[in-house]
Amino acid sequence: MTVIATSFLQDKNFIDVCYIVAFSLFIVGLMQLRGPRTAVRGNATAAVGMAIAVAATLLTPGMGNWGLIILGVVIGTAVGIPAARNVKMTAMPQMVALFNGVGGGAVALIAWAEFRNTGGYASEPLYVVVASLFGAIIGSISFWGSNIAFGKLQEIIPGRPITLGRVQQFVNLALALLAVGLAAAIAAGSTDEILIVGVLLAAALLGNFLVLPIGGADMPVVISLLNAFTGLSAAATGIALNNTALIVAGMIVGASGSILTNLMAEAMNRSIPNIIAGGFGGGGAVAGAVGAGEHEGTVRSTSAADAAIQLSYARQVVIVPGYGMAVAQAQHAVHELAKQLEARGIEVKYAIHPVAGRMPGHMNVLLAEADVPYDQLKEMDDINPEFPRTDVSLVIGANDVTNPAANTNPQSPIYGMPILAVNESESVIVIKRSMNPGFAGIENELYYDPKTQMLFGDAKGAVGEITEEIKAL
Amino acid sequence: MLVTNLAILVLAGFVGFVVISKVPNTLHTPLMSGTNAIHGIVILGGLLVLGLSGGDTLNKVILVIAIAFGTINVVGGFLVTDRMLEMFKGRKPAKQEEIEEAKDDEEKAA
Repeated sequence: MTVIATSFLQDKNFIDVCYIVAFSLFIVGLMQLRGPRTAVRGNATAAVGMAIAVAATLLTPGMGNWGLIILGVVIGTAVGIPAARNVKMTAMPQMVALFNGVGGGAVALIAWAEFRNTGGYASEPLYVVVASLFGAIIGSISFWGSNIAFGKLQEIIPGRPITLGRVQQFVNLALALLAVGLAAAIAAGSTDEILIVGVLLAAALLGNFLVLPIGGADMPVVISLLNAFTGLSAAATGIALNNTALIVAGMIVGASGSILTNLMAEAMNRSIPNIIAGGFGGGGAVAGAVGAGEHEGTVRSTSAADAAIQLSYARQVVIVPGYGMAVAQAQHAVHELAKQLEARGIEVKYAIHPVAGRMPGHMNVLLAEADVPYDQLKEMDDINPEFPRTDVSLVIGANDVTNPAANTNPQSPIYGMPILAVNESESVIVIKRSMNPGFAGIENELYYDPKTQMLFGDAKGAVGEITEEIKAL
Repeated sequence: MLVTNLAILVLAGFVGFVVISKVPNTLHTPLMSGTNAIHGIVILGGLLVLGLSGGDTLNKVILVIAIAFGTINVVGGFLVTDRMLEMFKGRKPAKQEEIEEAKDDEEKAA
């Protein structure tokens, strides 16, 4: 009896049916992830799919090396669970980058092991070789690129673009050609192990050089792009290993990741090639030239005490959070200020630009962490008509998303990007560290507007000071 | 077999495109994190190659690392996504309950 049961479970058809159930659950899970109410369930659905896929794979006849398999899974669990549990909400983007990177790394390592196992793909069909090598190149790029993205967001590596200057593009092209050339040599029949190691190393260098020149503020788009890359490389591994679950899951991520990347880039009015070209985050020569010297107006600065008075005599205050708030981790301080204002009967709303913080939904997650009521968070289209009725707009570390040049100056690199119309409110207080331009490297006309006052300082410190002043009033 | 797999690949691509269009901005980050967890499916590749052949010591080391990487991707990915989504949960449903309760009260009053 047991023999029959075992053979039934180990039947290729049974395993394939399990795979079909698994990827159906992935698709259902993703569909549930589209709505805020079903999202939590969606994530669980996809996780169940993953468990089924792994269990079915372990049933494959002839499986051995159980001790080593368990070792790998235990190590992975021991690292993954505490990392995911303990990460702060503000550090979420870089954590996703790390998890994405190890996925790409796994693909690259599997390709390497396949090469060694088969004596340099000696008797494999060409399509298997091509798919496996594609996985090796993309997986390696994704691993190293994600690590750099992590380093930049974690501020281990400077966030500003690090480039080789003009030769950068040539170096990248040469590395890409080297990786593809070595891979072609393998596909043509060479079985020397130095070749696959060369492929992985060239792709590794390329991954580093691709991401290093990109400014820290662009990182989330890059992470999303690398996420799509890892998905594609997983699909390629699926082709090489003839595994349906890998093909479907990998390709779905590849496709949806591409769309998501595009949505993020579009919301910033940037093209993906533009981001990849790099150098944007630090005020590149072209971007800088446009804004410089055009402003005749003067900048008025204010103090925390003045800001406090202005805020406490308002009827409606709209808070516009941005990357600066995320960097300073000022969300709790901001909510504290909002509570003080509400206690005085002032209406407080938050204006959330789709790409504020350079990560769609980033502000929502941060403010939700600080217990800001969900219904006070207003999306751009809902809040823009409110600005003319607003007494004070408090801009906290947001820059380009408030720049009126996007509407008025066709020369501006961000012309056409939808912005929050804070300049339509009665008055504007901008909390900012310095007059340095934002991530787009262009000046913000808003700061020269006569109704704008600048409060220079770190977002957390400045908001805290205002709160203290209001309490003292 | 190659053609069948390519057909599956193309169809899966279309599914991916369709599923993600029209998602509220708020959910982009959790969605990216969720898809990130799903490509942890690469762990299957590690399991199959190690389980079915293994090879020499270096190969085994490579594959154990690959499986560990895949596991981190899967376990960490789903956990992190869940934590992100937890933040949206609790608030909204609670409010809806309140609204529903209020409605119930009104009905009772009527």
